[in-house]
Amino acid sequence: MDFTININNKALEAKQGETILDVLTRNGIRVPTLCHIKDAFPTGACRMCVVEDEKSGKLLTSCSYPVEADMSIQTHSKRVVESRKTIIELLLSNHPDDCLYCVRNKNCELQDLSEEHHVRERRIRGKKNTEPLDLSSASIVRDPEKCILCGRCVHACEEVMGVACIDFIHRGNKSIIGTAFNQGLNTSSCVNCGQCIMVCPTGALTEKNHFAQIQEALNNPAKRVVVQYAPSISVSMAEELGMEAGTDINGILNAALRKIGFDHVFDSSFSADLTIMEESAELIDRVNNNGVLPMITSCCPGWVKFAEEFYPDFLPNLSSCKSPQQMMGAIIKSHFAAEENLKPEEIFSVSIMPCTAKKFEAQREEMTQEGISDVDAVLTTRELTKFLKLYGIDMFNIRPELTDSPLGFRSTAGKIFGASGGVMEAAIRTAYYKITGKELVEFQIPAVRGFIGRKETTINIDGLEVGVAVVNGLANTRKLLEEIRNGKNDIHFIEVMACPGGCIGGGGQHIGSSDEQLKARMKKLYQIDATESIKVSHKNPEIIGLYENFLGEPLGHKSHKLLHTHYHARKVML
Amino acid sequence: MTAIQPILNKYPDNGRENLIPILQDIQNESGYLSKDSIVEVGRFLDIPISKIFGVATFYNQFRFEPFGKYHIQVCRGTACHVLGSATVLQELEKNLKIKAGQSTRDGLFSIEVVACIGACGLAPVISINGEFHAKVTAVSMKQIIDDLKKEEEA
Ligand code: SF4
Ligand code: SF4
Ligand code: FES
Ligand code: FES
Repeated sequence: MDFTININNKALEAKQGETILDVLTRNGIRVPTLCHIKDAFPTGACRMCVVEDEKSGKLLTSCSYPVEADMSIQTHSKRVVESRKTIIELLLSNHPDDCLYCVRNKNCELQDLSEEHHVRERRIRGKKNTEPLDLSSASIVRDPEKCILCGRCVHACEEVMGVACIDFIHRGNKSIIGTAFNQGLNTSSCVNCGQCIMVCPTGALTEKNHFAQIQEALNNPAKRVVVQYAPSISVSMAEELGMEAGTDINGILNAALRKIGFDHVFDSSFSADLTIMEESAELIDRVNNNGVLPMITSCCPGWVKFAEEFYPDFLPNLSSCKSPQQMMGAIIKSHFAAEENLKPEEIFSVSIMPCTAKKFEAQREEMTQEGISDVDAVLTTRELTKFLKLYGIDMFNIRPELTDSPLGFRSTAGKIFGASGGVMEAAIRTAYYKITGKELVEFQIPAVRGFIGRKETTINIDGLEVGVAVVNGLANTRKLLEEIRNGKNDIHFIEVMACPGGCIGGGGQHIGSSDEQLKARMKKLYQIDATESIKVSHKNPEIIGLYENFLGEPLGHKSHKLLHTHYHARKVML
Repeated sequence: MTAIQPILNKYPDNGRENLIPILQDIQNESGYLSKDSIVEVGRFLDIPISKIFGVATFYNQFRFEPFGKYHIQVCRGTACHVLGSATVLQELEKNLKIKAGQSTRDGLFSIEVVACIGACGLAPVISINGEFHAKVTAVSMKQIIDDLKKEEEA
């Protein structure tokens, strides 16, 4: 049923069941929100979004209050504005005055709100929060002092990720967000995905920073400093740099990284191609030799830890392939080191990732050779921007360059790893060729593309019907795995990405991008795939070269030693 | 069979609404909610332990550490408050280096804050293992603790 409601003395259309906020948003009337989460049940907790009901004289939380016929609302009356301002002042009263030292300085919703409401003096003085920093995690830093209890991280962790390792604990003015028994995040079931950081309005959740180690290495003449960047990076940085979303900065990124002082610039899309060579071989091997099926991809470290904790019975299903980051790391400190006459410890290997969980992955025991980590430090997309600024790189005035070769050339199959469905598509292309000896006529597999949380289809490879599923968001993964536990058996190969939409929506990406901007990233990846000519990993000349000169065969002895690993059940309190 | 299995058996339908009653039963039985018991309840009701801990800390009645050998209840009722129980509690917490609701590492002492324990005439009053100490002050509080410590060392 449609009716009109009166907003700021103007009649606006409204539908039964909508909230006041829905009507406001549709009509371009901006009311600030904090605890509100799109598509989630509103709690009305923060009261930031209040509007005045002229009939009753009451302040209503617009994010949770349903529209009623003939209601009359003021969104910016004196009372409303004062009330919002008071809420902000209360939030500031116990907040540390740390802006200048804060990672989120100039990208902070609390700053924006106080700015918008002209908070210019301290009217309310409260006791400052005192809660220790939680530095225990390899990926995530929690600073409860900066937490304003909006609850958005709790929602992301439970509803999107299906992890639920943090929640509100204690009550009243002692309320904080923490883990069970308020222990360090590293002892919890946290999978390091960083989706909590993506929704945090303040600096209460940030990534563990590796700047110091990287700068030290760059300043050390005895170190050869190499860098690789993930497939999604070049199409995800635009918002950070003030460019149009979805711009591919590939060439200028190469040039910028050299300007910073990295000695070699490699592309993880190359090692994504390598992953596909190994993974498709593994899939065929499993199918032919009665191996464990469905095979599930393992290039997402958030998903791997999730499986170790919640679904250890599925660990035999995980592909033994290391992720592209770790394959590249292993090749750099073995083959590349030998070619360059370097000892592994003379190399400092940095990776730029859209992902906070990659920081955790890089320090895993399984990702070392004789005690030396394959990857030494990880920068997120956000951190890379800060690094570029530190080194004074002007991304608008720079000549594009190519990556170093070998280990720099990629097919477009490796590039689409950045989007949910990309690994699946790339693997099918190569598996099809290996099984039939022919290339696919149509490389695109639209059924596995897009932002939908779960995609399923069957692929016919020479009469062999392969059921495939692509899931992103670990809550969606949970549902699929439960179905398989309960007997679903028409799926042979599954791609799992922890983050919504895949790595382009990763926990290390720009904070505050819109759905449209994320879509632009995905569109760009598939556009690259559509326009370039080498679309399959097995035709990447540098991949062919690497097998000829060093690795031998996929799943061969060297691959086994360098590129594959196994995971074990992880005991954490769930 | 684990220690809390008999309690869980009383709730055969394992519905989530049983969370609080189950926690209460466990606390009545063992005096506190151990990590293990919370993990087990979580598995039984299919609730993440962060949620259980969140709910449990919302209510003041739940403890997460066993009582100390000497369990000290500090009355924070009105009469005791008027006569300075806040200072007594503060001193006690400082002395034992724990907060109300916690136990010392050696397991000797634990502190609990309670509402009026019906001995207002003796305010401010504390009770150690059920035994009342009347008209305590910061100084006498310290003496009581020191005496108990000595007794233990002897
Ligand atoms: S979280 Fe925001 S308001 Fe708080 S210190 Fe950081 S920048 Fe400042
Ligand atoms: S990193 Fe992911 S799993 Fe860990 S607390 Fe944040 S949202 Fe939850
Ligand atoms: S945004 Fe509406 S109450 Fe928080
Ligand atoms: S107020 Fe302390 S005993 Fe009554």
